[in-house]
Amino acid sequence: MTKWDWDYLIQDYRVHRSVYTDSDIFALEMKKIYGDTWVYLAHESEIPNVNDYKTTYLGLRPVIVTRDNDGAIRALFNRCTHRGATICRMDKGNTRNFTCPYHGWNFANDGRLAGVPWKQGYETSFDKNELNLKQLAKVESYRGFIFGTINEDAPSLQDHLGNAKELLDEWIDRYDGEIVVRSNAHRMVLDGNWKFVFDNAADGYHVSFSHRSLLAVGNRYNNEKDKDMTYFGKNPDSSPMYVQYLGNGHVFLDQRPMYDQVGDRWEQQRPQPGREAYEKEIREEYQSQADHYLDLTAGAQMNLSIFPNLLIIGNQIQVIEPIAVDQTRLTWYATTVDNLPDEINTLRMRSQEDFPAFGEPDDVANFAECQRGLSIPEVEWVMFNRGYNVPDRQKVDERGVITAPVTDETPMRNYFQEWKRLLTMERSKVN
Amino acid sequence: MTEIENTSFTSFYVTAQFYENVLADVKKLESDFSFLPIERKEEAERILFKEARLLDELRLEEWLSLYSRKCLYWVPATPGGGDPRKEVSLAFDDRRRLEDRVYRIRTGYAYSQLPLSRTRRMITNIEAAEGSSEQELLVRSNFCIHEFRVGELRSFAGWTGYKLQKEDEGWKISLKMVNLIDADQAHKNLTFML
Ligand code: FES
Ligand SMILES: [Fe+2]
Repeated sequence: MTKWDWDYLIQDYRVHRSVYTDSDIFALEMKKIYGDTWVYLAHESEIPNVNDYKTTYLGLRPVIVTRDNDGAIRALFNRCTHRGATICRMDKGNTRNFTCPYHGWNFANDGRLAGVPWKQGYETSFDKNELNLKQLAKVESYRGFIFGTINEDAPSLQDHLGNAKELLDEWIDRYDGEIVVRSNAHRMVLDGNWKFVFDNAADGYHVSFSHRSLLAVGNRYNNEKDKDMTYFGKNPDSSPMYVQYLGNGHVFLDQRPMYDQVGDRWEQQRPQPGREAYEKEIREEYQSQADHYLDLTAGAQMNLSIFPNLLIIGNQIQVIEPIAVDQTRLTWYATTVDNLPDEINTLRMRSQEDFPAFGEPDDVANFAECQRGLSIPEVEWVMFNRGYNVPDRQKVDERGVITAPVTDETPMRNYFQEWKRLLTMERSKVN
Repeated sequence: MTEIENTSFTSFYVTAQFYENVLADVKKLESDFSFLPIERKEEAERILFKEARLLDELRLEEWLSLYSRKCLYWVPATPGGGDPRKEVSLAFDDRRRLEDRVYRIRTGYAYSQLPLSRTRRMITNIEAAEGSSEQELLVRSNFCIHEFRVGELRSFAGWTGYKLQKEDEGWKISLKMVNLIDADQAHKNLTFML
């Protein structure tokens, strides 16, 4: 038993403010959601070579993701088994060994304790193998995306991805070449609970309002044609866009139906620096292939959110990192595609700068203001009832995927059921 | 093209060569500057101080008019700048995108700038050098910007590199590169102008 009545806090069409504001609930989330389930850690292309590593977090736990000397990908707790110091303090690098800066214990990048200074000071039964770095119970990748969990009994990663897997495939298979993270990232921090970001990721209701300034920028050009996302302004429910609850907490918002011809994505994209100069070159060089290439500078128009922390948005891999109940870091990893012409990858960089600068900040401001609003104890509920119990709005297919008009709050009210399931589950044996 | 490009609406000037030139300018801005007569240095300072005042007073349209028609306003996310052809920046704005940035704030619906940030910036350690012609000056300076918004006072620090170009109406900024000391770290709301 816990002190919370979860059925009261998480109802079918609304959730209690405390799931965004209570730091004890946050602490529980950091164990049971960011730990006992699969959490996205890194992309393989960030550690392409043997002995590469990057540091990150599993919830609040500092972790090192390494490609060890044998090429195996591991996730090690960044915590010296001597007295607790983090052994690695860099964002990324290449090394076979990590030497703890405090008393010099030395660990191989597969986690083995390789040596301790002046070993004769320890009793003869001292067994180095008992003091190897602790590792996540499971680390698996799916097509370059590395996930980890501390739950030994977790289902396989592919089972966990479930219906999201196919959509992730579609995002990856948009290209013949590999999608890689080679650029630095655009990092943000916000004064709001991490779930505001997840709620927002498949929210087609907010776009015409929260992003009003961004959509208005299009008016500066007096264009007849829709620009990226302006179509949200004209009763989006009657558009072919939709949202889905995919199961296991994963959600999806599909804008692809707004782009049916080759060249549409390029045509509708908000202009990026160098657009006209590069278009001219690309058309001359690639002729009939040009529209296809130019389309690849624009986002995939798939907003795929893999619970709890991986958001595919545009061409970016966006990662949610909770810091505290009311603070979250949000990192946008820009992607490059191997084997695309350099000019296309350059234009992709410029288009991947657009939304983090002109769109996301307004959402982030709204998340922080939600956090402030939810501090009022007397007003308890966060409503996710749009489309709830409204006849003929939702369809459920044979896989259990629920599809609804794009402004419906179907994704939120359903992922919160999974959230409740996870928080109420007995913690299984964790490594 | 014989007609003059309206860079508020098109971007023919951001070519592969343009990127090369920017990277070459960064090298020059990072090198030791040779001596410049005080009067000439003052010409550069005047435009920096004017820019600071216009920004702090939120006279953003006048601020835009300090920039050349083929300008670049660049805030790298990589310390030192990196290679913008292969990396994203916090801002890599040509003239059009810079105007978009101001336009967005002016719509009155940019919630990240509602209320607007109040800023006051200090510019120090100004050094200037001749550019590739009489019509060009290179300038670098340190800055500290205090920003206040929604109950919170924050500060931002770093150095700025400028390329100034003499046009008919006087000096214009053709390149501003803002190097935050924490360029690669997470920021909360960078929607005001640096
Ligand atoms: S804490 Fe690492 S060697 Fe002592
Ligand atoms: Fe949004």
